[in-house]
Amino acid sequence: MSEAEMNVRSPETLPAGQEASSAAPAAKPKRPKAKSLIMIGEQTQALFDSAREAKARGEMVGWSASIFPQEIAETLGLVVLYPENHSAGIAARHQSDPFLQECEGSLGYSNDLCAYAKVNLAYASVLNGESEVELPDGGKMVKPDFLLLTNNICNQLTKWYENLSKQLNIPIFFIDTCYNPWDHVTESRVRYVRAQIDDLIRDLCAFTGKTWDDERFQEVMRISQRNSYLWERANNLQEKKPAPLSGFELFNYMSCMVCNRGKTSTTAILEQLNAEIEKHIEEGTSTYRGDQNFRVSWDGIACWPYLSHNLRTLKKHGINMVASSYGKAWAIEYEDLDGMARAYCIASTNGDNLTTMLSRRLEALRRMGCEGTIYHVNRSCKVMDCQMMEVQRQLSRIAGVPFTSFDGDQADYRNYSEAQFETRIEGLVEIMKQNKEAKANG
Amino acid sequence: MAELEKNLALLKAACDDPKRMLEKYLSEGKQVIGCFAPYTPEQLVCAAGMVPMGLWGGQTEYQLAKSYLPAFACPVMQANMEFGLSGVYKGLSAVIIPAICDTLRCMTQNWRFGVKEIPMIPIVYPQNRKSRAAVDYLVSEFEAVLVMLATITGNMVSEASLSRAIRIYNAHNAVMREFCDTANDHLDVITPSVRHMVMKSAWFFDKEEHTEIMRGVIDGLKALPRYDYPGKRVVLTGIACEPDALLDIFAENGIAVVGDDLAQESRQYRTDAPESGGGALKRLAAQWMLRTGCSLIHEDGKPRGPMLVKLCRDTGADGVVLSLMKFCDPEEYDVPYFMKDLKAAGIPCLSFETDQLGDSLGQTATRIESFAEILS
Repeated sequence: MSEAEMNVRSPETLPAGQEASSAAPAAKPKRPKAKSLIMIGEQTQALFDSAREAKARGEMVGWSASIFPQEIAETLGLVVLYPENHSAGIAARHQSDPFLQECEGSLGYSNDLCAYAKVNLAYASVLNGESEVELPDGGKMVKPDFLLLTNNICNQLTKWYENLSKQLNIPIFFIDTCYNPWDHVTESRVRYVRAQIDDLIRDLCAFTGKTWDDERFQEVMRISQRNSYLWERANNLQEKKPAPLSGFELFNYMSCMVCNRGKTSTTAILEQLNAEIEKHIEEGTSTYRGDQNFRVSWDGIACWPYLSHNLRTLKKHGINMVASSYGKAWAIEYEDLDGMARAYCIASTNGDNLTTMLSRRLEALRRMGCEGTIYHVNRSCKVMDCQMMEVQRQLSRIAGVPFTSFDGDQADYRNYSEAQFETRIEGLVEIMKQNKEAKANG
Repeated sequence: MAELEKNLALLKAACDDPKRMLEKYLSEGKQVIGCFAPYTPEQLVCAAGMVPMGLWGGQTEYQLAKSYLPAFACPVMQANMEFGLSGVYKGLSAVIIPAICDTLRCMTQNWRFGVKEIPMIPIVYPQNRKSRAAVDYLVSEFEAVLVMLATITGNMVSEASLSRAIRIYNAHNAVMREFCDTANDHLDVITPSVRHMVMKSAWFFDKEEHTEIMRGVIDGLKALPRYDYPGKRVVLTGIACEPDALLDIFAENGIAVVGDDLAQESRQYRTDAPESGGGALKRLAAQWMLRTGCSLIHEDGKPRGPMLVKLCRDTGADGVVLSLMKFCDPEEYDVPYFMKDLKAAGIPCLSFETDQLGDSLGQTATRIESFAEILS
């Protein structure tokens, strides 16, 4: 999520009027905005501009699931926008209400559904001339001509895109990655996904009139791999003590991995970010103001509508979020097309079985020296909620690290209680304190 | 009539006490595999010489399941988890769980760690059925299921037994379809709850045995004079429409069920596996490729609405009733589209949420009553 989209910063640097509440800390001197953050704002703007310009030129623009093999569209020079990212932005700016109302009202959808989907389906309905909600961004998420779908995150995406396809009368290009009930990606899955990638290249060329250039593809793969490496490196640098970044800030940079993974502009941003983090490490500084008393991991998607409240509450206790199960989903590594097929099957831990989910989380907890886990019971996301109780139980037992959970939502502001979040964090802090004291006393 | 009543009583006894059916098969020395809703390759279980038994939830209080699933999880899966954890399913040699929706993905893992004494066999059906590679992929999934079944029985499965199982299931599909047609001429006997009982009973029988009983039911019905039902007729759509108390409200309001698009009922029987054209596993995969109009299987163009309109035309139904399983997101995504199609076709539709428990049917009863008035 880009800073321009999300305004996700430490509470002391939040812009005036953003999530103002009585719990806001006293004003402190603002630190200058990091160059990497300025760059990411520019990149986000450039993507929406290029979509608008492509439409003006009569070129096709796509909408894509967030962990789709973007390398294909990038190689073809197609402009692609990302509804999940966009819905998160709307939610974070507290603009989701009219879209949720429209979706659950005139459009006839259940409020049980994913709020990213609900916001987007209502937005698409406006673009299609069927709804009259005012678009707070002026419609920069331009009407798509095709859809790029993968279900490595969840099966709701499949239904969501199925409906968009019908609503807008546009085709879906689908990579079905299949859930992984095993500890490895079966070769049969790799062959199935690889065949779909081959079909995608052929069909997308035929539909858009673009031509496949293998040399360009090799270059995009190299760029994507470099970006994945830089992204993972930036995440891993949080292992330093004190952590060089206030952990939520890494969410700011996700848009470059979600929306622009195959672009050199992302390489420039991530190199800049890595350099900024290294400078903090060298100088022993951090963008997290104050003492970092506790290091925790965050399990699940950010609670975008209440990110500021989450931050402020954690800050009150000197908690820094140094690991996330979510951000690293875009650190996708491979060397060839078969490798790409395999990598996209396991990119999201939502597509993994419990043992794989557990091992990825355990590695992060240990590497980052986490003292607790905060688990977001995201009402929008059944694939996360319906197995995380067992994951957290096992994780806590194996790692010897306590966890707490809270009820929230990635985009529906109605599913959150500030009081509950505060109470749960207080409980976690008590246990982390006791553990710390026990450790200190041998 | 006596023969018909005897056969219906056999089916009812199985629905009333599925555990007794499990014990019956176990006492006959057979092994039983639990087959999670909504689709599993039961033919593989049959070919392996075992009895597949459907696991479609039921009426129970969720207590142990609360440690695995949030309150907003599918009621069918809550109940299955509760039954698994509390030992109700003791005696099953394994369960097959299709990771077909987000909740079922998680159920494979909850079961794996929560109910360790009953092994879990996962299957992940392909959703991009336009891909030429989908059949090969699905065949490999079937092969993994077969290997796991063979570790339980100690026996391999032959091509001949696979082909035989396909024939058994196709014959059963045919008899279930014939029952649905025949039942509509005898709506005095086949009330909504009786119809549901007959359809549901298939989940608890060896399919050859069920086919035989069903032939008896159909013959018994055909021997009766055609009954000219004076009330209104509806088609049910959704995952399941339970419990009986809910269906009895329809009867009380002069509404008969003349067709269904329920995952628990007719969706199971409307598509056969081809009986020729390659190996048995490939033909079984072809059945999956041919399924249509189900919310849990991706398709372009949202064909469910036109399919429901046709079903109403074919059965002479006056309206459609959506029994929306609580928290079922695949169904929830379909609703706006088929509602629009039904409206455009001038077919009234009643929708209500259901959770199988049926402990608060008052409001639903009022709505069914009003719907009956709209239909008349």
